[in-house]
Amino acid sequence: MSTAVNAAAKPAKRLTRGRLIWRRFLRNKVAVVGAVGIMFLVGLTLFGQYFLYWKFDDIDTNAFLTPPDSAHLLGTTQAGRDVLALTVRGLGKSLLIGFLVAIISTSLSAMVGASAAYLGGWYEKAMLWIIDLILVVPSFFLIAVATKGAPEGESSWLILVVLLAAFAWPLSARVVRSLTLSIREREYVLAAKFMGISPFRIIVRHILPNASSLLIIDATLGVGYAILSETGLSYFGFGVQAPDTSLGTLIGEGANMATSFPWIFLGPATILVFLVMCVNAIGDGLRDALDPNSASGGQA
Amino acid sequence: MLRYIGKRLLNYVILLYVAVSLTYLLAATQLNPRALWAVRQPPVDPVIVESQLRQYNLSENVPLFERYWTWLTGVLHGDWGYSPVGLNVAEQVSTRMWVSLRLLLIGTLAGIIMGVAVGAWTATRQYKVSDRVITALSLLVISTPAFVVGHVTQILAIMFNNATGTRFFEFIGETGDVGNYPFADLVDRAQHLLLPTLVLILLEVASMSRIQRNLMLDSLGADYVRTARAKGLPQHKAVMKHALRTALIPTGTYVAFAVATMFVGATFTERIFNFPGLGQYGVDAITNRDVNGIVAVTAFSGVCVLVGAILSDIMVAILDPRVRLQ
Amino acid sequence: MSNVQPLKNRKTQAGDTVLSVTDLHVTFPSEAGQVRAVRGLSFDLAAGETLAIVGESGSGKSVTSLAVMGLHPPTTKITGSIKLHGEELLGRSDEEMSKIRGRDLAMVFQDPLSALTPVYTVGDQIVEAIQAHYEISKAKAWQRAIELLDLVGIPNPQTRVKSFPFEFSGGMRQRVMIAMAIANDPDVIIADEPTTALDVTIQAQVLEVLKTAQKETGAAIIMITHDLGIVAGMSERVVVMYAGRPVETGTVDDIFYTPRMPYTVGLLGTVPRLDQASDGALPVLEGNPPSVVDLPPGCPFAPRCPAVIDRCLTAEPELVTTTSVDHQAACYRLDELAGISHAELFPAPELSASDLAEVPREQRPVVLELKGLERHYPLMKGAIYRHQIGTVHAVDGIDLDIREGETLGLVGESGCGKTTTLMEILNLAKPTGGAIEVLGQNTATLNRRERKALRRNLQVVFQDPMASLDPRMPIFDIIAEPMGVHGYSKDEIEKRVRELLQLVGLEPAHSDRYPQHFSGGQRQRIGIARALSLEPKVMVLDEPVSALDVSIQAGVINLLDDLQRKLGLSYLFVAHDLAVIRHIADRVAVMYLGSIVEIGDVDAVYENPRHPYTQALLSAIPIPDPQTERSRNRIMLSGDLPSPSDPPSGCKFRTRCFLHQTLSEPEKARCIGELPQLVAKGSDHRVACHFSDRASQ
Repeated sequence: MSTAVNAAAKPAKRLTRGRLIWRRFLRNKVAVVGAVGIMFLVGLTLFGQYFLYWKFDDIDTNAFLTPPDSAHLLGTTQAGRDVLALTVRGLGKSLLIGFLVAIISTSLSAMVGASAAYLGGWYEKAMLWIIDLILVVPSFFLIAVATKGAPEGESSWLILVVLLAAFAWPLSARVVRSLTLSIREREYVLAAKFMGISPFRIIVRHILPNASSLLIIDATLGVGYAILSETGLSYFGFGVQAPDTSLGTLIGEGANMATSFPWIFLGPATILVFLVMCVNAIGDGLRDALDPNSASGGQA
Repeated sequence: MLRYIGKRLLNYVILLYVAVSLTYLLAATQLNPRALWAVRQPPVDPVIVESQLRQYNLSENVPLFERYWTWLTGVLHGDWGYSPVGLNVAEQVSTRMWVSLRLLLIGTLAGIIMGVAVGAWTATRQYKVSDRVITALSLLVISTPAFVVGHVTQILAIMFNNATGTRFFEFIGETGDVGNYPFADLVDRAQHLLLPTLVLILLEVASMSRIQRNLMLDSLGADYVRTARAKGLPQHKAVMKHALRTALIPTGTYVAFAVATMFVGATFTERIFNFPGLGQYGVDAITNRDVNGIVAVTAFSGVCVLVGAILSDIMVAILDPRVRLQ
Repeated sequence: MSNVQPLKNRKTQAGDTVLSVTDLHVTFPSEAGQVRAVRGLSFDLAAGETLAIVGESGSGKSVTSLAVMGLHPPTTKITGSIKLHGEELLGRSDEEMSKIRGRDLAMVFQDPLSALTPVYTVGDQIVEAIQAHYEISKAKAWQRAIELLDLVGIPNPQTRVKSFPFEFSGGMRQRVMIAMAIANDPDVIIADEPTTALDVTIQAQVLEVLKTAQKETGAAIIMITHDLGIVAGMSERVVVMYAGRPVETGTVDDIFYTPRMPYTVGLLGTVPRLDQASDGALPVLEGNPPSVVDLPPGCPFAPRCPAVIDRCLTAEPELVTTTSVDHQAACYRLDELAGISHAELFPAPELSASDLAEVPREQRPVVLELKGLERHYPLMKGAIYRHQIGTVHAVDGIDLDIREGETLGLVGESGCGKTTTLMEILNLAKPTGGAIEVLGQNTATLNRRERKALRRNLQVVFQDPMASLDPRMPIFDIIAEPMGVHGYSKDEIEKRVRELLQLVGLEPAHSDRYPQHFSGGQRQRIGIARALSLEPKVMVLDEPVSALDVSIQAGVINLLDDLQRKLGLSYLFVAHDLAVIRHIADRVAVMYLGSIVEIGDVDAVYENPRHPYTQALLSAIPIPDPQTERSRNRIMLSGDLPSPSDPPSGCKFRTRCFLHQTLSEPEKARCIGELPQLVAKGSDHRVACHFSDRASQ
């Protein structure tokens, strides 16, 4: 028999998945603005020092606590430092921490969540118990306690990254787990199992790639979450320590005088809100673009 | 059933015990209360420092597990220890708890109810102007840290007060100058509650409306809503009676959880508006190297989380006949 | 059955046109472009008649039903005319349509599991339907709800009216849906694939309820379905749709006995028949239905049509009246093709010769054997408070064997344990009870390495071609994966993937494409290629064609048949479609509640079923032949499948058995007390029934 089902597989032109997602993402104007905004902010931290007149540790002895003017676009602090330069410096740190925490915690939640669901048994029980344990304590206070006694110095912010990541993964690990529970029952995973493929390979090759939409969204929103946590801690003086600075540290310092000298507070606060909004907007846009059930389909 | 509940409670007790113990060990090694005296001018006699630290079971010269054991036996007798300056932790927590409750109850509940309403409404108007505006606004609020919202509100309130020459908005503490007219005390309290409550409502509405909007969008597309429409129910009736009712099931669990965990949730608001509640207490405990204080706050918060978990289960059972009857 | 009082006076008399659709066009936007889902549909529906709209997925039949109800999404563009009682419905406000929906126009949806609101009782939901249109007291409305539930055959309606949807089985929920649809005596009921999600014996019950409901209310029914058997049994007139176009309309006899459009001819010819033994290949309708996003000019069926001429490719033919007054078809070669048989138009392909054809069954080696296989698992209950409340006897002691080169069909309704059986075999682990032997090796004694090695000889093809291929891998990697795991070299894999693609009838050049670029039938071929890559001896086929459109099924069935002959494969073919099993299987085993009730040579079992359950199962299946359907006397089974956690004592089928009802008390006691064993009733035909001799039809 020669049923050469002449694989005219493609009716005219079918969109590839990537192109489809891209198109759906572009359709979400808020998300596009967010993406442009993030690129702008990243560019600002990378190249800001080359075109900003003031360095963040410069002290202008002619200007203490001056409101924004042509010399200092966002004003100066009590010590005569340029708020714009400080903000750019703090932004860089906050961005770095945000991205690192998101990457680490998403990887952790992916591995733990997927392996717990796929392997099951006592391993799953143990992992779920650990997740519950982390969720039952107020992470904000515990991170604060831990940073309080941590060694100080140039790289103390790395400890903060580890701590933030350590407390950020459990919730999304639960989500990954429940998603894996359904992927695990899909026939291509069963097929792989019945071929004799090892569990680790199945997780890496079949389960995680198919959970990638969730992971990408999770990582994106995780950046926003990490930045908010970091700035919150720094606001109270627990996070990034002087002489280093982050947006939270700046806002915390400025907040004391916010009612009389609002510019020290408003500059970094505006940048922070803009940053987190951009990240969240991208997250929302990705969710709409990646989620096949998203209602935005057909609005082309 | 009883056996099941017993097993579950036992698991919670173990979970809590391990969590709080780990917190104690972390706090006891990291906080180092001795540093409090190191910065004193004139310097305090180290012998006095040591004796005071030992009195409150805070000296790192005592082996960690011995301190832990002393602390644990104290806790089992209802004694949560003392701060480095000798305040009774249990008393602190129990008075501050009510401050938090007074501050947060109205804001949380009003915020949730308004958030559900806004979320459900915007879902039915998906992609219309009102939906887009509200979604964008809630995105803005979600992206704004609570401390920024708090301070901005304060700045605006001062501008208002200055412009009107009144002190309509109060934003420091629970009470202030009380006038001498009937119910002046209540009015004063209300004035002090107004701004922080507004902040809480704003934050709660923003996050709740997003959650509810997504839940609602899911159930709007459900087959049973189409069935309700096919019976002849007009759009709004089908939505209110069928889609919203079903979408409220997960909301119910969220509400139960949010109410139970409310006490330690508003650290920033308490701090900015200077309400001596539990959240503020937690931050102060860390700043003041109060090992026993922060452990007690953690334990309290842990109990709240677990009570929240139980409450949300009960809530599901109330709202969902599938769970109730099986 | 009941005496439910009508709520209103009919506007129409028998024979009047109640619903008239003229030149209906429905278009909605999608990612790929404008979907022209319906293009120029017209029909008149007379009061009280049943019109079937039949077509494959994407043919526009379901879109039509939503458009008539006015329940299409707001982005949909609709033109043409839909008139109810001569009044135009298109362009009415939603408020006005809401008054008509549920009162004059009612609908029964496909999936009864999700179509009822989970948080309200069924009584609430029926009462709501009544009170939406009539000022009637709550008490009266509840009384009517109870009467309606009684009418649709729900036992104990007084108490069941207060039950929640999740407390009903799928079939029962569909009855509730029908009760709700007829609550206000509608003039038209639209039933959109109302039984597709149900098992055959339940389907037969529900179709019967629908007929009763029609008799009671005098409503006209629009039956939307892909199942030609249901069309033959239910409808008086038929509209065949293809790519959004009506391509043939007429009375049911016109369509089935003198089809004129080649698509209809092909569709009727490619369906395997329950009532006919067959040896050779099925006739095949090549290709796939087109996407309705950007259709090329001309007849949309032209690329698949064996009778295509140049004219077909330039302009689309209109419906033209044929020799019979009420019979129209859209084909340029209408007159030339009159009277042509499907065998002439769609000749069945030749199958390869089999080396094993001459070897009698007894001399072939056994490749798979189950000895008293049992699978029990704990039954957990409760969403919050999970606890074990019993044991599910999913598979309760079954014996069967498959020999080289043969196909054993395993049939039964959902919940009968066929999927569990299959998973037990594929797991290659130690079962709860009994033994599994694959190629003579007992799976209970295997170590990890042996188990992996044995997997090469036992491969599986799953039901859903969408779900069985990892969407993130190109098909080359998908087919290569098993070989990679079992240590084939790179060059070997490269060569073999190309061979395999050719073997299953796909273009090797397409191996870098992703699964979503292929149609359902092609994806199933990819799944088969993957299963074949390790050159297994035994293939387990789990409903391999049930997710495919009718016109695609035949090609895949032929492929499986051909591969078996070429490669000497043995198949364990699990299916609920008994017609497919009749065509492809050599032997068949019928399962009920975890046990095999009848097993044997496929023709023996189908032509002379001895177990009452087999008889009922075969009788429940609609046959695509209107005359046969009209003369058939269905055996209706009462009730649903009992829970496998609490099976009846003795014979598990006795609670639904029609034969059991007719027995004397001492005989009944035997059914209750003694589990019947499989007893030989022919050379290769065994039955587990104490009274199978009386169960002749």
